[in-house]
Amino acid sequence: MIEIRNLRVNIEGKEILKGINLKINKGEVHAIMGPNGSGKSTLASVLAGRKEYEVTEGEVIFNGKNLLELSPEDRAREGVFLAFQYPVEIPGVSNTNLLKNALNEIKKYRGEVPLDAVEFLAHIKKKMALVELKQDLLSRSVNEGFSGGEKKRNEIFQMAVLEPKLGILDETDSGLDIDALRIVATGVNTLKSTENSFIVVTHYQRLLNYIVPDFVHVLYQGRIIKSGNKDLALELEDKGYDWVKDHINEFVMA
Amino acid sequence: MEKTDFKELLKTSFLTAEVGMNGERMSEFHQIRKAALEDFLSLRVPTVKDEEWKYTNITPITGKKFTTDLPAASAGIAELQKFFFNIDKYLNIVFVNGRLNHELSGDLASLEGVTISTIKEAFVAKNPAAERYYNKTAELKGNIFAALNTSFVAEGLFIHIGKNVAAEKPLRIIYVQKNAENLMVSPRNLIVAEKGATLDLIESYSGLDQTSSLTNAVTEIYASENAQVNHIIVQEENHNSYYINNIEITQEGNSNYKSLNIALGSAIGRTNMSTRFTGQNSEATLNGLFIAGGTQLIDNHTMIDHAVPHCQSHELYKGVLGGKSRGVFNGKVMVRQDAQKTNAIQENKTILLSEEALIDTKPQLEIFADDVKCTHGATVGQLSEESLFYLKARGIGDQLARSILINAFADDLVNRIKLEDMRNYLEAKISARLS
Repeated sequence: MIEIRNLRVNIEGKEILKGINLKINKGEVHAIMGPNGSGKSTLASVLAGRKEYEVTEGEVIFNGKNLLELSPEDRAREGVFLAFQYPVEIPGVSNTNLLKNALNEIKKYRGEVPLDAVEFLAHIKKKMALVELKQDLLSRSVNEGFSGGEKKRNEIFQMAVLEPKLGILDETDSGLDIDALRIVATGVNTLKSTENSFIVVTHYQRLLNYIVPDFVHVLYQGRIIKSGNKDLALELEDKGYDWVKDHINEFVMA
Repeated sequence: MEKTDFKELLKTSFLTAEVGMNGERMSEFHQIRKAALEDFLSLRVPTVKDEEWKYTNITPITGKKFTTDLPAASAGIAELQKFFFNIDKYLNIVFVNGRLNHELSGDLASLEGVTISTIKEAFVAKNPAAERYYNKTAELKGNIFAALNTSFVAEGLFIHIGKNVAAEKPLRIIYVQKNAENLMVSPRNLIVAEKGATLDLIESYSGLDQTSSLTNAVTEIYASENAQVNHIIVQEENHNSYYINNIEITQEGNSNYKSLNIALGSAIGRTNMSTRFTGQNSEATLNGLFIAGGTQLIDNHTMIDHAVPHCQSHELYKGVLGGKSRGVFNGKVMVRQDAQKTNAIQENKTILLSEEALIDTKPQLEIFADDVKCTHGATVGQLSEESLFYLKARGIGDQLARSILINAFADDLVNRIKLEDMRNYLEAKISARLS
């Protein structure tokens, strides 16, 4: 699905990612964990194409294409979806309007026939049920006046509608209460198939109780210093990030 | 190069026209024209040295030799079709080159409790409301373009809504020019809503071709006690033409006036709009949207005069400027000493789409009362990069993403229009203007 090779990234001249290597196959869920400031969100944003980030080295191959050479919109059209850590409020643009345009642009890019109004409505209604969103959120402006939980659920809803090949969840769990967390996780689990993959970026282990990762990677100071299976997340939860910091040399040497 | 004297030229036109007037020359309506001509000639043509015209250089207008002979251009229904959607739902009032066209207009006598005629006819009929209110707004005095309008009004439009009458249909006034090279037209509206009357009024100003004309309009609106007037103005003159509009509203107690002033066209377009409260518990909403590109200049001056206590005003003007266009917003809210418990909100928001586009914005509050709630502000900016990235991250291309955001910004005011077909019509128009 995606292979990240020796990715180095600067923001305003400061190196944030210092050589990331990561390979994700179809059907896999990878969790990226790490303390604040370790570069987790930078990794998510760079994959989606945020332009403030400068890639100084490395490459990202996504289904055979050089992802870093694509515009953000083409990445999305190729099947990359970023669920934002801080979803943007867009006054005057309804959720429906956004999704209809997005879906049509993606289909056009892929040479597929756009959905007509009836098909589109049927499609989004089915997906709304998945994240238990209220109907009125469709006609309301994107994220405007949404609660924190509604915003995150809306991200997952959009992901469900656009059916990406790679879903990147950037701290989707932060600020969610347990009910919202469960709804978000159920949404993701329903979308999960042998054909798509997920990167779940999180600070805490608790989301991983619901979305069970195949692999867990610990990101610290711009490097993946340890990888393991879901037990690594539990170990981190148990021992805390200080454990990582204290044993960084052992991890890196190993 | 010989400098044309704007005033002298128009004086000559006036006197020449007067010769051919026969009996009308002695009419009361013409006496008002004559007095206005004297005012016009005595007033100084403003320049950018005048505070009120600081950002709007009108020498392209005053340097032109305008003709005031209104050519009787016939405009076919086909050319006007675009304005005529849902024709049965509205009462259309069509002016071609400054003259009321009865064939293109609906039946002006068809609405119960509503009197519609030219102002000239209303004077002949000695209509008391026409005589009482025509050209009486004090604020028009000393305004050279208002005086010019009054001097050259061909017929004018008089609308009277009787006491407690809710006009059954929205009135749609359509001013068009055709074959109007160097023509100056002087549209004039007098709208009187008596006690408890309700009216929806839509005005549009446009050219049916690309000839360069000057529209110099004046509208006086009187909203009596408890009257409600909803007013939409759509200025879509061609980009060779000039447009000046002075709109004066007087509001008695418990009245409600709402306007949406949309400016899309003209080379230079200037609107002065002012409302004053003469009775308590009144409310005014002055909203505006201006979209300009190329070398267009759109100037909006507004004034809300809180002369009495317990009134509310809301004002939001939004601009979208591209190319080398310029916008001006000068909004004054005056809260006089007696106007306690005033509630006034004023805002101007502008998006600049290019490096060379420019807005001069001046929201002003002048408060002489102490127990009031007033806010004002102005923002100028580009499209939000965060919003753009968000849309792109969903697969929407750069151009479409920009267009979605600009439309959303512009549609915000149009979305508040209650007439659904008018809302859709304007949304489509704005979307076309932005693409």
